[in-house]
Amino acid sequence: MSTKLDSKIPSGSIETLWQKHKFDMKLVAPNNKRKHTVIVVGTGLAGAAGAASMAELGYHVKSFCIQDSPRRAHSIAAQGGINAAKNYQNDGDSVYRLFYDTVKGGDFRAREANVYRLAELSVNIIDQAVAQGVPFAREYGGYLDNRSFGGAQVKRTFYARGQTGQQLLLGAYSALMRQVGKKTVELFNRREMLDVVVHDGKARGIIVRNLLTGELETHIADAVCLATGGYGNVFYLSTNAMASNVTAAWRAYRKGAFFANPCYTQIHPTCIPVSGDYQSKLTLMSESLRNDGRVWVPKNKGDKRPPSEIPEEDRDYYLERRYPSFGNLVPRDVASRAAKKACDDGFGVGATGLSVYLDFKNAIERDGEEAISARYGNLFHMYEKIAGESPYKSPMRIYPAVHYTMGGLWVDYHLMTTVPGLFALGEANFSDHGANRLGASALMQGLADGYFVIPSTIGNYLANHSFDKMTEDHDAFRDSKEQCYKRTTQLLKMKGSKTVDDFHRRLGHIMWDNVGMARNKEGLTSAITDIKSLREEFWSDARVVGEADQVNNELEKAGRVADFLELGELMARDALERNESCGGHFREEYQTEEGEALRDDTKFSHAAAWEFKGDSAPPERHKEELKFDHVKLAQRSYK
Amino acid sequence: MSDQNMKIKLRVWRQKGPTYPGKLETYELDNVNEHMSFLEMIDVLNEKLVQEGGEPVAFDHDCREGICGMCSMTIDGNPHGPNKGTTACQLHMRNYKDGDTITVEPFRATAFPVIKDIMVDRSAFDRIQQVGGFISVSTGNAPDAHAVPVSKEKADLAFDAATCIGCGACVAACKNASAMLFVAAKVSQYELLPQGQPEKEDRVLNMVAKMDEEGFGSCSNTGACSASCPKEISLENIARMNRAYSRASFKKR
Repeated sequence: MSTKLDSKIPSGSIETLWQKHKFDMKLVAPNNKRKHTVIVVGTGLAGAAGAASMAELGYHVKSFCIQDSPRRAHSIAAQGGINAAKNYQNDGDSVYRLFYDTVKGGDFRAREANVYRLAELSVNIIDQAVAQGVPFAREYGGYLDNRSFGGAQVKRTFYARGQTGQQLLLGAYSALMRQVGKKTVELFNRREMLDVVVHDGKARGIIVRNLLTGELETHIADAVCLATGGYGNVFYLSTNAMASNVTAAWRAYRKGAFFANPCYTQIHPTCIPVSGDYQSKLTLMSESLRNDGRVWVPKNKGDKRPPSEIPEEDRDYYLERRYPSFGNLVPRDVASRAAKKACDDGFGVGATGLSVYLDFKNAIERDGEEAISARYGNLFHMYEKIAGESPYKSPMRIYPAVHYTMGGLWVDYHLMTTVPGLFALGEANFSDHGANRLGASALMQGLADGYFVIPSTIGNYLANHSFDKMTEDHDAFRDSKEQCYKRTTQLLKMKGSKTVDDFHRRLGHIMWDNVGMARNKEGLTSAITDIKSLREEFWSDARVVGEADQVNNELEKAGRVADFLELGELMARDALERNESCGGHFREEYQTEEGEALRDDTKFSHAAAWEFKGDSAPPERHKEELKFDHVKLAQRSYK
Repeated sequence: MSDQNMKIKLRVWRQKGPTYPGKLETYELDNVNEHMSFLEMIDVLNEKLVQEGGEPVAFDHDCREGICGMCSMTIDGNPHGPNKGTTACQLHMRNYKDGDTITVEPFRATAFPVIKDIMVDRSAFDRIQQVGGFISVSTGNAPDAHAVPVSKEKADLAFDAATCIGCGACVAACKNASAMLFVAAKVSQYELLPQGQPEKEDRVLNMVAKMDEEGFGSCSNTGACSASCPKEISLENIARMNRAYSRASFKKR
């Protein structure tokens, strides 16, 4: 075991750990806070909440986003809801149960102390959001409504129709705008981070490209927080936004931050199926639909009748059949694999045979069209626009798609990476979801990290360190900027024959076929070779048009794809080394007789954190052993 | 699949930068599939332009599922195109037929200067938000979420207002390039909720003043904003804001 990974989990009883630790951490005095500049990259839930909350405390914050406005961050697209252990439903929920469900849902590959803190903070998030004017769904009595989500047997998910992410993000954005108005936050939109600058062993700033002028800018700080989201776009097609990318996290990895569990990818079971090669992205249909929708395929292979003509006795509601106690609400990884199996076995529907039905007929008969519309109106509307069919009349056709990445930068209990002063929040870190994230937990984690964790832990870091005065012409910044400049020039200089999108699409195929829903040794080994050669081809034959000193979308894409071409290989390596199946990582060699994921707790009850060793050497795999003192390790069962 | 490839003639606004003159350029595509989204068609055009050594069309887009508000283009004179309640990214080519000519331009408004091609600068919206589009509650101050019940009716209306995606179609559709619908949606959300009451006067006065300062025009109640809004934000929000504004003006005077 590596001595380099210290998770800094405080000692004591898990129930009081965070409260006690908050007292034990050092504080920065109010009049000293303004002397510290903190950089926050990304303005999604974690980034906006963190930047606003740290500015409220008195720190000088610089906030960066790639879009034209911080409100565009992809948290905005989260649909279904946010979990919180409020127990407003009196159905037996508690902080401990949310903690337990999340550790179990993550297939026992998350750190207990972090997850407990997350469950504990979940209740404060709801309070904070309501105070900000986030219009959650309410009952007629004026109190908040809840719905259920996969992997839980209590109703603890708060929601705002099918636009919960939008409403929570706009809440965090409004808090951020308030601070920008007060000039405690300096906002830098249309900037892309290209490097972290490390001096004296500490993160001291970043280099960004101004996406309007092309200028490489230097920003200096005492701490840097990356809240830059996940890396699902390595698959080309995913439910992520077009600009979602790994570049900030990857540049941090190359500067010494370990990258943990890159192979844990969440493939979401309910997405609109792929329709053609021109397709640029996939659209998710919220998991909340599985509250009322029933998943089925025809019982007979190749049954080409329209769904309305297939009688009940010829339908296989396979989730209800295989998992009677959770039924359609099994966790995402389980539901996705079941859909893949149905299609692989020849029962899939639609023109490509790569989709299954999600049917609301029974729910509409039971509750009426109006009630269903109140719950899912915008989702049905969205489906109809894309697929051209109304889910009120015929079942939706759905298929799994890449949605979320549980892996990310390794962080300790303070959310600090292995580079001192460099923090990672939200989806960008690896910390809370283990090998599989439960629905409605991403919003919870992003906001917990941003509103409540980083404002406390950043103070402890700043109070414990001293900082050299630095200027833009310091060697560390100059070197870093020079590297960024060289890379940009190199990309533009190639003038090859294939477009950046062409490379991205090919990488996506390799990833989906070999590092997707089901993986095996042979496929992963060949993926590593294939990605390497694709990367070499990219660096000699990519065609990146335009200039460096102006708006250049092609150049932006090229930089991101170049990083995905390195990340993809690390994902395959990580998946190859993890000789077990767990959550979103399914190795065909390791499954039960019934086709369920088979973990190996003796050999793999650890987080794998990869250290960059230079372009010519393989990365080194470190382990953080996971201890389970509260949740009993067991074969996950949703039967 | 009954995929039919359509021929589409595109007339696209090309403008090198804010200070350059722009003009419509014509491009022909002969492989447009009916299942493509409008933006995917532009992707196809761009990939073709790159292969031919030309410069791709710069346009803003991100989530491609109608929620981030980043895409912004006027299609045949309509912001986000011909369909009601639809962003450009959610518009699909099945709405067009073989041989159609489509004109694509940036959102036009003094307060939204063109950056390049069909990209515009909408940061004025952020600046309006900064002077009052929030409730002043710092992290940690919140009472229990159930401390204040909110009637379902009001909560639903507040939600409807809060679904604004800040795309700016309302401004592009308005003959005066007014931002009333955008500002009214934000003011209404807070106006309808108990949490928004303490700051309501300052909020509406400051946001309206900032809107004027940013160069948006006046409202003449023609309703083009709401008709072109991809989230179908109701004109009632403007009425609500006008009432709030009058009340606040008297009270603060």
